[in-house]
Amino acid sequence: MTDAPLVQVTGLRRVFDVSKPWLDRVVAREPRQTLKAVDGVSFEIRRGETFALVGESGSGKSTVARMVVGLLPPSAGEVVIDGVSMTDRKDAARRARLRRRIQMIFQDPYASLDPRWRVGDIVAEPIRAFNLARDRREVEHRVGEGLKLVGLDPADARKFPHEFSGGQRQRIAIARALAAESDFIVCDEPTSALDVSVQAQILNLMRDLQDRLGLTYLLISHNLAVVRHMATTIGVMYLGRLVEVSPARDVFAAPRHPYTRMLLDAVPDLAMSGRPRTPVQGEIPNPIAPPSGCTFHPRCGLADERCRREAPATIEGVACHAVAEGRAGAARPARAAGG
Amino acid sequence: MTPEPATTPTAAARASAWARLRDSDILASFLASKVTMVSAFVTVVMLAGAAFAPWIAPTNPFDPASVDLLNSLLPPRWVEGGDPQFLLGTDNQGRDLWSAILYGMRVSLIVGVCGVAIAATLGISLGLLAGYLGGRLDAFIMRVADIQLTFPAILIALVIDGVVRALFKGVAREHTAFGVLVVSIGLSFWVQYARTIRGSTLVEKNKDYVQAARLIGIPAPLIMLRHVLPNVIGPVLVILTINLALAIITEATLSFLGVGLPPTQPSLGTLIRIGNDFLFSGEWWIVAFPGITLAAFVLAVNMVGDWLRDALNPKLR
Ligand SMILES: Nc1ncnc2c1ncn2[C@@H]1O[C@H](COP(=O)(O)OP(=O)(O)OP(=O)(O)O)[C@@H](O)[C@H]1O
Ligand code: SF4
Ligand SMILES: [Mg+2]
Repeated sequence: MTDAPLVQVTGLRRVFDVSKPWLDRVVAREPRQTLKAVDGVSFEIRRGETFALVGESGSGKSTVARMVVGLLPPSAGEVVIDGVSMTDRKDAARRARLRRRIQMIFQDPYASLDPRWRVGDIVAEPIRAFNLARDRREVEHRVGEGLKLVGLDPADARKFPHEFSGGQRQRIAIARALAAESDFIVCDEPTSALDVSVQAQILNLMRDLQDRLGLTYLLISHNLAVVRHMATTIGVMYLGRLVEVSPARDVFAAPRHPYTRMLLDAVPDLAMSGRPRTPVQGEIPNPIAPPSGCTFHPRCGLADERCRREAPATIEGVACHAVAEGRAGAARPARAAGG
Repeated sequence: MTPEPATTPTAAARASAWARLRDSDILASFLASKVTMVSAFVTVVMLAGAAFAPWIAPTNPFDPASVDLLNSLLPPRWVEGGDPQFLLGTDNQGRDLWSAILYGMRVSLIVGVCGVAIAATLGISLGLLAGYLGGRLDAFIMRVADIQLTFPAILIALVIDGVVRALFKGVAREHTAFGVLVVSIGLSFWVQYARTIRGSTLVEKNKDYVQAARLIGIPAPLIMLRHVLPNVIGPVLVILTINLALAIITEATLSFLGVGLPPTQPSLGTLIRIGNDFLFSGEWWIVAFPGITLAAFVLAVNMVGDWLRDALNPKLR
């Protein structure tokens, strides 16, 4: 029972229609255009663990998050949480019960809290929505407890969101996410809109809450330092595909996929090894017309004819021909330090 | 940091709008602005004048028995030739202008407020639905809005008037005129509300606070009412006040064309129209006093609307 993963994502895919309006298209004789934001993504998250999704902007991380929580229907694939399919129509009743346990923390705490609602009502909304309290007094009590849990004063319930700083607002968002006693929290860049000085506080709070409440996180970030601090498993996304899934320790000690290595090389001295930092090379291609074969090949030093022709399959968590063929070289922590 | 509050916060937030007003800084911001206070004062005095017209006005201009044609076109009391009986003079039918303004104000306001209420309700609902639900419903509503804009209020009123006349053949115009006017004004002005609300709704619905509400399964109608509407309604308050002025003017136009209220029940707009004809023959007071009254009222209401928009926005407080 408890050994089964809490979250199972299989073959998740999402295609957006980005065509121009019908009339423009007909006049210009253009075909429909689609954008594969997420293409065949599969991973599992075990209870109590933090699964981090990393990748450059536009790689499809948020789209995966929105499909996992059920805000966006997938074009194909399945999300199963605690044995209940989030995508299968038949499971509607069980899914409704499950919904209470899934919450999300958004990137921008200035947009994720309704500016016209008082903090108390914001935190109380899930409690009321799921009928978790008998009367108003109990709602207020729970709200007060929730605010204390994230280090705020219960008296703050009377204030409006704009009376708080970014970090405090993110605490309010966390209190709301936990108000319905949810245990699976999807965090989409929870600290990237915050001042650097506050980021660590929020991350520590999240870890602390995870230990105390046994939470499971899906953490999205493009900041590897954040991920290093939090993750147990890391999934690296590139142009809608998961190119590497490995335990966090292995990713930092011995990154396997060329793209993972490139990301790590760009991080300023993560391993404190004194190596120089290599900025990320090239740019993420246009997702409407992605490169053939392995979509990373225009930026990859190891690309060969096969890479340009044929998309690599995922073998032992890595989707790369060079790794599969054994010509990627020994896994190494970082280019300069390893050489 | 008093420890007591844990119980009050959500209660206070859920309490009536009046409790919010009392607790908040709205009152303070009101008292801080002299212009707002004067505007509010003018608005209230005029509303009271309109409401209590039968008790304040020296004569009833709707009652033919109280009107004597011999008193027509008398100037205001303080002007040479004025009659102490008529404070602001009389119009071409010998009606006391001061009484006519009080009663006219009443007629204008009732028609204006009812018309604008219909327009706003219709426009806000349709704009919210179109913006939030999007898709074909959105396309349909906004196309109807486009088409609607090509019909001037007068044409709408004429059509509705024709339909009503055909439907209620035996009924006297006095009874149908009000309904025709109000519905025509409502149908003429809703587009502006719908467009404004739709535009802001498109922005708001993608904000994460709406996503957060969707995530916990709050149904779409509730999200629209509780989250989106309060965040998009602000600009509407200002449109409302400007529209009230427009509606009053539209009513005057329609009444002049014979589609509106019969001339035996003059509104402020009708008085201005009548006065217009006498402007060049020297009887300036007939147009001047109703005109000043209308302008002052419109201005005051706009000022109060502006202040209200800022005061109700918690971000600006
Ligand atoms: N509703 C949409 N319609 C069309 N395209 C979309 C939509 N949502 C996302 N996309 C596209 O899908 C791709 C992936 O977007 P997504 O937001 O998931 O990326 P991300 O990895 O979260 O990036 P970021 O780090 O910038 O948040 C992008 O190319 C984006 O333009
Ligand atoms: S498959 Fe080829 S192009 Fe793609 S990452 Fe591996 S080596 Fe580079
Ligand atoms: Mg994103």
